[in-house]
Amino acid sequence: MADLATDRLPLFPFRSPGDDPFTPVAAADRRRLDGPVTRVRLPTGGWTWLVTRHGDVKEMLRSDAFSADATRPGFPLLRAPTPQTPQSTPGGFVRMDGEAHLRLRRMLTAEFMIRNIRRMEPLIADVVDGVLDAAEAAGPPADLVATFALPVPSLVICHLLGVPYADHALFQRHSATLLDHTADPLRAREALLGLRAYLGNLIEAKRTSGRAGDDLLGRLVDERVRTGELEIDELIGMAVLLLVAGHETTANMIGLSVLLLQRHPHVWQRLRDDDQAADAVVEELLRYLTIVRTGLPRQAIRDVEIGGRLIRAGEPVTALLSLANRDDEVFDDADEFDPYRQAHQHLAFGFGVHQCIGQPLARAELRVALTRLARRFPALTVATDPDRLPKRDTSLVYGVAELPVTW
Amino acid sequence: MTARITADRDICVGAGNCVLTLPRVFDQDDEGLVKVLDPDPADAPEDLLDQAVARCPSGAITVR
Repeated sequence: MADLATDRLPLFPFRSPGDDPFTPVAAADRRRLDGPVTRVRLPTGGWTWLVTRHGDVKEMLRSDAFSADATRPGFPLLRAPTPQTPQSTPGGFVRMDGEAHLRLRRMLTAEFMIRNIRRMEPLIADVVDGVLDAAEAAGPPADLVATFALPVPSLVICHLLGVPYADHALFQRHSATLLDHTADPLRAREALLGLRAYLGNLIEAKRTSGRAGDDLLGRLVDERVRTGELEIDELIGMAVLLLVAGHETTANMIGLSVLLLQRHPHVWQRLRDDDQAADAVVEELLRYLTIVRTGLPRQAIRDVEIGGRLIRAGEPVTALLSLANRDDEVFDDADEFDPYRQAHQHLAFGFGVHQCIGQPLARAELRVALTRLARRFPALTVATDPDRLPKRDTSLVYGVAELPVTW
Repeated sequence: MTARITADRDICVGAGNCVLTLPRVFDQDDEGLVKVLDPDPADAPEDLLDQAVARCPSGAITVR
């Protein structure tokens, strides 16, 4: 599809290094989009439709006219496919459709249901307090990303899955590489194989231990692998997905949230004093920050109309969650951060059958981490100009790479 | 009186948004899938019911 007309399209994902970290699409990039459903150029060649309105994104992500299977020829890719990798990676259900996807996702719905995550809250609080104790003992100044924002979700997902946190350097490094859409395809492949080997060994140890243990991977070994419902290779793929998804997402939300709340000291104080307020603040943070700024890629499998545009079978489509969450039709003064608004219809977790299964966990982590941080360090101050902080703007999950603070 | 609220477990993906929106009306069963606690809630605000339908990512909830 690459041709002269494609060459003139705006390049996606939009990257504006040095710009305000709270503006997901810079004004200059917004001006280059000539409608709510418009074409953009991809770094791998070719183009994709970019769907930017809240209603259109919901309709698209809930429609069965679109496939999430990235192995389909013509699927909108940000990074060249990795060479010599099997066509499909078993267990990676975010890139599967229909019954195949539902079968694997259903094995996890009980694990992530709200009631079970509520039961985990004391553990989350203990993790947060432990990390805060260590930060306090080390004293200011500190990099809040390395000392708090990343360790909290990492420790929690390790507890939940049954993965030893002691190995965190290895899986955090691989996880960051996999999410970097500018990473060399060979390095990405190495990271994926590294994670599969690591989790494969761990799962094998659980499988041969008689009783696999009281953690998510152990339960899947006992209840699904031993019964023949789930292949080991599929379980490894699911484990990779959960471990990667548990890391940069919540970590970047915590880092960006703290940076944003510096501008809103009354909200910081409210988090400290008012337990009831925290849920609404977290929803607005999720809407306003929308860390998945590269959007969600799909491919039309039949002709379909979205936002008044005919999308033809085989054409690539990307749902731009960050602009949908700034849609003035749905959110008044959408570019303003307003923790008093009703933000719950945001699409930060995506929409449709692939909507983030970990959202109850993410909400609980954000609420507990931010309220306890605000209580422990009420005078927390970011020690650098936000515009000068290094950004994770080549990652599928946007955030700040460092956050120097004092308290 | 006929039921007003129905939920389709076959297409539910267990996101739990309905439980967050209206915990008196919706719950998740042991598999994490939608369970309607009260199919004909006399006092549930209409706007919250509309929200539960709108927030369901898989379109599993119907109100009539």
